[in-house]
Amino acid sequence: MADVDTKTPLLEVKNLVKHFPITRGITKRVIGAVKAVDDISFTIEQGKTFALVGESGCGKTTASRCILRGVEPTSGEINFLNRDGEIVDVTEVPRAPLRELRRDMQMVFQDPFGSLNPRMSLLDIVGEPLLVHGMVDVQERADRVAELMRLVGLRPEYMRRFPHAFSGGERQRIGIARALALNPRLIIADEPVSALDVSVQAQVINLLQDLQEQLGLTYVFVAHDLSVVRHISDTIAVMYVGKIVESGTVADIFTNPKHPYTSALLQSVPIPDPRARKARFVLEGEVANPANPPSGCYFHPRCPNKVEKCVTEAPQLEEIESNHFVSCHRAKELDLQGLVASSK
Amino acid sequence: MADDQEQSSAQLLEEEEILAVAGQYRLMWWRFRRHKVAVAAGFILLFFYILFPFAEFVGFGDPTFVATKMQLLPPQPLELFEDGKFSPHIVAVKGGRDPETWQVVYLPTKTHHKVGFFTSSWEYRFLGFFKTNKHLIGFSNPDHDYTKYPSLYILGSDNLGRDQWSRLMLASRISLSIGLIGVALSLGIGIIIGGVSGYYGGIIDTIIQRVIEIMNAIPGLPLWMGLSAAVPKEWSIIQVYLGITVILSVFGWTGMGRVVRGRYLAMREEDFVMAARLSGSSEARIMFRHMLPSFYSHIIATVSLAIPGMIIGETALSFLGLGLRPPAVSYGIMLVQAQQPAVVALHPWLMFVAIPVIIVILAFNFLGDGVRDAADPYGN
Amino acid sequence: MVDKLLSVENLKTYFPTDEGVVKAVDGVTFDIEPGKTLGIVGESGCGKSTVGRSLLQIIDHPGKIIDGQVHFQSESAGGLVDLAQEKPGSPLMRQVRGGEIALVFQEPMTSFSPVHTVGNQVVEAIQLHMDVSKKIAMARAEELFELVGIPNPRSRLNEYAYQLSGGLRQRAMIAMALSADPKLLIADEPTTALDVTTQAQILELLKTLQKQNNMAILMITHNLGVIAEMADDVVVMYLGKGVEVGNIDDIFHDPQHPYTQGLLRSIPSIYTEGEGRLPSIKGTIPHPFNRPSGCTFRTRCPDYIQGECNTAIPQLQTVGNTKRTVSCFKVHPRKEEVAANG
Repeated sequence: MADVDTKTPLLEVKNLVKHFPITRGITKRVIGAVKAVDDISFTIEQGKTFALVGESGCGKTTASRCILRGVEPTSGEINFLNRDGEIVDVTEVPRAPLRELRRDMQMVFQDPFGSLNPRMSLLDIVGEPLLVHGMVDVQERADRVAELMRLVGLRPEYMRRFPHAFSGGERQRIGIARALALNPRLIIADEPVSALDVSVQAQVINLLQDLQEQLGLTYVFVAHDLSVVRHISDTIAVMYVGKIVESGTVADIFTNPKHPYTSALLQSVPIPDPRARKARFVLEGEVANPANPPSGCYFHPRCPNKVEKCVTEAPQLEEIESNHFVSCHRAKELDLQGLVASSK
Repeated sequence: MADDQEQSSAQLLEEEEILAVAGQYRLMWWRFRRHKVAVAAGFILLFFYILFPFAEFVGFGDPTFVATKMQLLPPQPLELFEDGKFSPHIVAVKGGRDPETWQVVYLPTKTHHKVGFFTSSWEYRFLGFFKTNKHLIGFSNPDHDYTKYPSLYILGSDNLGRDQWSRLMLASRISLSIGLIGVALSLGIGIIIGGVSGYYGGIIDTIIQRVIEIMNAIPGLPLWMGLSAAVPKEWSIIQVYLGITVILSVFGWTGMGRVVRGRYLAMREEDFVMAARLSGSSEARIMFRHMLPSFYSHIIATVSLAIPGMIIGETALSFLGLGLRPPAVSYGIMLVQAQQPAVVALHPWLMFVAIPVIIVILAFNFLGDGVRDAADPYGN
Repeated sequence: MVDKLLSVENLKTYFPTDEGVVKAVDGVTFDIEPGKTLGIVGESGCGKSTVGRSLLQIIDHPGKIIDGQVHFQSESAGGLVDLAQEKPGSPLMRQVRGGEIALVFQEPMTSFSPVHTVGNQVVEAIQLHMDVSKKIAMARAEELFELVGIPNPRSRLNEYAYQLSGGLRQRAMIAMALSADPKLLIADEPTTALDVTTQAQILELLKTLQKQNNMAILMITHNLGVIAEMADDVVVMYLGKGVEVGNIDDIFHDPQHPYTQGLLRSIPSIYTEGEGRLPSIKGTIPHPFNRPSGCTFRTRCPDYIQGECNTAIPQLQTVGNTKRTVSCFKVHPRKEEVAANG
């Protein structure tokens, strides 16, 4: 691996858009589009964890999959610093080199059951990326798989086993081992712990953090559990109906939110402490339909602070403090509640 | 006590280890085993198919030999004892006419023909290669004159005096193999067309699906009749046989195609397929290495339910005189004789062929049921 | 002492299967007082859902209650009845189920039939327990929809379940459950399938309804945050057993059982950025056919005592003079027990 300037961001996403066409009838006539990802931009520093948070249907999963072209983006730029120190636009890379590029970016899935082929043994699952990238020798592959299994805390003796012999947490470790097989630098983790039990969730979070330290990994962490996000991430982007409404450092977002949606999201999280019970603010209404979003600011029908301008004019993402971006007309004037531990 | 516990837990661990390394077929087999009826059906079918190469070997008499003096002979019993001693034989019969009704009746004579194992009679090619005249059961007298008394007639004879049992053996071979080959053909077509349809989707998918719908909308029997009528008269038995198989599978693949397409569509969105794509696997590898094995089991189940359809199809065509033609022998051809109402009253043994047809069809259905239940070992 | 609405004692529900017996619920004891909320918390496979289903005798095949009592203060029976003794199809059980005790499921999509409008299904539920005409039932359904905060209740009644969003479906489900004015609402992971803002709405709704109707709630969930928000008392379950029972503040601020302690420690705090590793419980939940002898938690327990925990099964015992009970040999050493008995 070439020496790479660690100051350069590993990934820079610019104006990423993904529309899914809505078709009708047997002729598949296009009658509209679901704007799953609607013009988002963000940067991720090397070795850091960037979290995409939001509620279901906000486009966070689609956005994350666009990064490694698991989903083909409609438009936008995805500038990735490859291992030779060159910046490449992932969206422009043709098929064959894309295969090479994907050695650098891998994915960990949410569902520990659906993401492992039940008909393949662990050796085949973890060894698959090695095999298709030219490690043909069986023994060499088995050695590397054993090494990867030790790395994620699984006993290498189990490599002949099939996924059905493992629990959810162990399967998630297998998924992580597979993602690490080609020595990637960027891991897209799509809700990697949300399907796990609390006691196991902590183990996997620890594993992810240890691996980051050990291997210098950069994470894109897609999640809806805000306490996990706060624990693991450095920077956060909050998405609502395909757009980023606020992004910044963990501290900024959690203690000093500037978008009413971010604040509402924080207030909605049930706190595992009965003494923290309070009459809380509850956000009314439902998430807007991305196929037919409202006018102006997409959040205005639910926003407790809306003014007339919000209905007619869509706000832009602006940097209101250093590295703290908000897309709200009233970002500067509102005094919103963050999450501060109640004094015990 | 503690030892006991340790032992049992060690045993438990061992069992767990076996389960842990068990691949999909082992898991399927474990589940299938629990389905007793299906296992029994499997053995019955296995028996039928094992008889395949031995059809002539287990035949009693030359199935093509026309014996005018033995027409429509009822089934003859095999006598096991003679004068209190074990000596299997049959009592020879002689045809004559009832002086009052002028019907042909067969009366026993004094002649006994001894029966034994591994006898020599009519010559055939075993597996199509080795010329031999050995048979499992036949007349043990090496000088027996087969032209005079051609067979045992355990199941009687047909209107040309041919041995029904021997013909039934040949018929099983033809009819059951048509089922297998026909399904194999439609499976091939179905996997390729269905796979293309499901994996690529879009316009290709739409066109293929519409074609399948149109094909399914055409009533089967008239179409088969039309196609069979197009089979040239001068084709040899083998050509007609292959022609009928192709006709059956040309319309049989649509069901298979739908199954395969549905599975591909469902699986295209699975995370493990995405993972394989991100690993750098090629599209062909994803289709055949990652996706196809996931529905082998469904294919096996569909196949075992499709074979009886093929067998019935052939039987029906031949029964209507549109399928295979004599001198070929199949279930359908044998049943042609049973078309006349008189048969029911006077020669009921000619309908015996229906029994193996029913057994085979039922067995395939039970087997298919069991396989389908076992097909998804990851169901729970 | 307050009269108990429901009192469950040593409930055991087993599932005999070809491979062996799954002891889904293996001794659970708790009380619910009128108008209060009891939370059952535990991880997947701990049997918490089976507890709820056992109370109503709607256990999936081949599960069966094999031991224990479920004493319920029933109006239709005019007093205390043991629901565990009732047959699933008995007239009393039918009265109680959906009438005095109602159930809200995790997945509102599959709880509604896709071929009938939600209105018709709510009307049917109302008519099952009240002898009223369809017209009155429809009016009552509209009222209920309004009560649970569904906008435009009249037009929503004529919609099908798939036309409603997840949050609205769950509200409709709650409306249906409320149709017979139940004394106890069993809510089985009612917000797990929902987003966090919708979850907050539903939790607030449940609290409001509880106050209005003086209804008791049995809240079954794996989410400790939801429990902390809602419950008055808590049962912590592990592998079919209630390992710790007590009031909410005791459980969260002075947990005694090592499992409860581990569970609480392993949630990352939302108040602070992550510093270092999260404390976690080692190992994984054992397979139901392969339970450890003695205390079922011992294989993962940081306080495991060789020779104690693996040889006997700890029983729930009160802690000091409180109402709290814990089953752990670290809290109640066995020698002491012998000394106390002798």
